[in-house]
Amino acid sequence: MVDTCGNPAATLDDASAEWLSALTGTGAAREAALTRLHGLLVRVAVRELRRREAGAGISGRERDDLVHQAADDAMLAILGKLGTFRGESRFTTWAYRFVVLEVSSKLGRHYWRQHPAEHLEAEDWDRLPDRLGAGPGEDAEHAELVKAVRQAVEEALTEHQRRLFVAVVLNEVPLDALVARLGTNRNAVYKAVFDARRKIRGFLVANGYLEERWRGSS
Amino acid sequence: MAGIVVSSWAALERFLRTDPADVGCEQAMEILHVYVDLVAADPDAARRYPGVAAHLAACGPCCEDFRGLLAAVTEDR
Repeated sequence: MVDTCGNPAATLDDASAEWLSALTGTGAAREAALTRLHGLLVRVAVRELRRREAGAGISGRERDDLVHQAADDAMLAILGKLGTFRGESRFTTWAYRFVVLEVSSKLGRHYWRQHPAEHLEAEDWDRLPDRLGAGPGEDAEHAELVKAVRQAVEEALTEHQRRLFVAVVLNEVPLDALVARLGTNRNAVYKAVFDARRKIRGFLVANGYLEERWRGSS
Repeated sequence: MAGIVVSSWAALERFLRTDPADVGCEQAMEILHVYVDLVAADPDAARRYPGVAAHLAACGPCCEDFRGLLAAVTEDR
């Protein structure tokens, strides 16, 4: 078996082969498969919203709309990408991935209905120790830590990295909410914050803040 | 008191630590279905994809998607 890119495909299990055959076929069998798949996507979306903390505040019609939008968009994506399914997993696992990612994306957009846009730009540095999960240390020590990180942020990061670091770390804006707000993708935001963490650490070590204290703690 | 003070810096160090094996969101999500099927069958299978495991350990949103997809396929079986 060869996929649409000309690559050897993995062997399909029977259930996955049935799904593919029905969805790429015609007539009543295809219609039945479409209805069944949509029902499964709705069920996964419902459970996923129920499972997630971010979905806790969503109920009633708003919840139903989000569930059906996620299932509908996932359905479109699945049908558009059927030719890329190579049988490396069960068909349903491959399909469910689309609806799980749609739920994440829609929850990211929904975040801004409950939080003002100014939330993105606020900078309350006193929250930093708490956000790091640090214990209740002395105010003077926390102030020194905050001062060192602020200096690293100002001197080592690009403006883009600084903005995303502040939003994600200080303001606890979820990554998917930032993605929705900035019109980018999750990987781009994650990579910017990943690079920011690495650069801040490098700055703190180079300036003797971190390494000496870290060694002292072990 | 010194212990408490050190813990703040230790927490900072832990937060800033990055794993060079981390493949990032794009690659991890690209093969999430394959990874989830393997883990659903055998939890130790995660070792076959150390870069994905490193990413899921560091990225909250991708880990949430992993948990969601794993829950969906587990409930199906």
